[in-house]
Amino acid sequence: MSTVPEDLKYSKEHEWVRADGGVATIGITHFAQEQLGDVVFVELPEKGATVRQFSSLGVVESVKAASDIYAPISGEVVERNVKVIEKPELVNSAPYGDGWLIKVRLADKGELTQLLSPNDYRSHIGETAGAGGD
Amino acid sequence: MRRTPLFDKHEELGAKMVPFAGYEMPIQYEGIVAEHRAVRGRAGLFDLSHMGEFFFKGRAAGAALDRLVSSDIAGLDVGQARYGLVTNERGTIVDDVIVYRISDAEYMVVVNAANIAKDRAHLLAHLGEDVAFDDRSVGTALVAVQGPRALAILATKTDADVRSLPSFGVTQGRVAGARATMARTGYTGEDGFEVFVANADAAKVWDALLAAGRDAGIKPIGLGARDTLRLEARFSLYGNDIDETTDPIEAGLGWTCKLDKEFTGRDVIAAKKAEGPKRKIAGLVIQGGVARHGHEVTHDDKVVGRVTSGTYGPTVEKNIALAYVPTALSKVGTTLAVRIRGKDVPATVVKTPFYRRVAE
Repeated sequence: MSTVPEDLKYSKEHEWVRADGGVATIGITHFAQEQLGDVVFVELPEKGATVRQFSSLGVVESVKAASDIYAPISGEVVERNVKVIEKPELVNSAPYGDGWLIKVRLADKGELTQLLSPNDYRSHIGETAGAGGD
Repeated sequence: MRRTPLFDKHEELGAKMVPFAGYEMPIQYEGIVAEHRAVRGRAGLFDLSHMGEFFFKGRAAGAALDRLVSSDIAGLDVGQARYGLVTNERGTIVDDVIVYRISDAEYMVVVNAANIAKDRAHLLAHLGEDVAFDDRSVGTALVAVQGPRALAILATKTDADVRSLPSFGVTQGRVAGARATMARTGYTGEDGFEVFVANADAAKVWDALLAAGRDAGIKPIGLGARDTLRLEARFSLYGNDIDETTDPIEAGLGWTCKLDKEFTGRDVIAAKKAEGPKRKIAGLVIQGGVARHGHEVTHDDKVVGRVTSGTYGPTVEKNIALAYVPTALSKVGTTLAVRIRGKDVPATVVKTPFYRRVAE
């Protein structure tokens, strides 16, 4: 599986969005989970809560540290991934699959244009990895 | 930033390196959880060359150390080691150390890397002129092999009779041809050995043990898993759980203090023990969320203490922590809370260690 799938949009903070009609699925990228290391705890907003683009939506904790997760897109939470709350390691093993975090009803599809394409995200993590490599 | 003689090995093995106590050290290779499980189930290899090694020589060395360290150093036979605390006049903790009696009149004291300069000053200030002191921290490498397969792995690479070495025993011999001091000590809660060699021999010993352990499933282990392993086994971490503001009684280390001998701070510690500590370190299991060093502990919405160490424990599969809390709230079964990101998350005081190895 590609580490940056072609059918997704990305944020600079390493979240991904899969927009499917009016509902978007959100997760963190392969690069993000690799940087975090073993994920052991996930804190997600309740169903019905509202998340705002580029604001914190929750927290992912690895053995080492807690990291904020930012909403790549605004909307109302229609589903939280119960499986990932029970098995946080899914974020590591399947970041684009069973390790998704929440689904939101898109508030403004125009926001998608503010996100990175797979190519842009690839060069973004290229830069990040280069700058953080030493 | 210093590098241990094994720096190139860590790079080759793909370790993530972080600054620690003035050294660039591996925090993880494959991942903390996988490394942790390797040590519990099979074997792990650690580079601990940042640790400090002090040598004390002379007929008076044992008696001098006995006055500087809380435990029964005078009672050590040649070939024995003991855990103890270096305490000050206020009865608080300067460092936690292991003292090894190498020969009749020679002792090695292994100290925490971050405390090398401080300990050297403290120990030298209290040492008589008839004891020769040698700080060999920079020139000495330390490789630890830990886990249920550690004995079998080391045994194939040494001429020393490590099978008959008891826990906390120390002996000398060769490992992969290099002169080494081997001790059955560690910081993981598993059986295992610490192997002290000269820097020039470190890479040879590291490679030999890694190769000898390949079939047994040995993995190189970083500081990340070292921390989760030691916390499950409820070993104190200096700078987190103990320091110069904590005394041995409240830290749950009263067992390391031989109060019927003279040592620095003894009277203060004995008085503390007699009157009972106001606060005590307690083991906590947190119901949701990971407690971290510095988080507040609350009871009925009031802050009553602070977390000193916290992590997810991969073997116990729980979020575990140590925290100083008022003695009245330190009993097993007490419900407290840890304030994580502004929310009071329920936590229960549990018996420690969180993990105890079952004899094979």
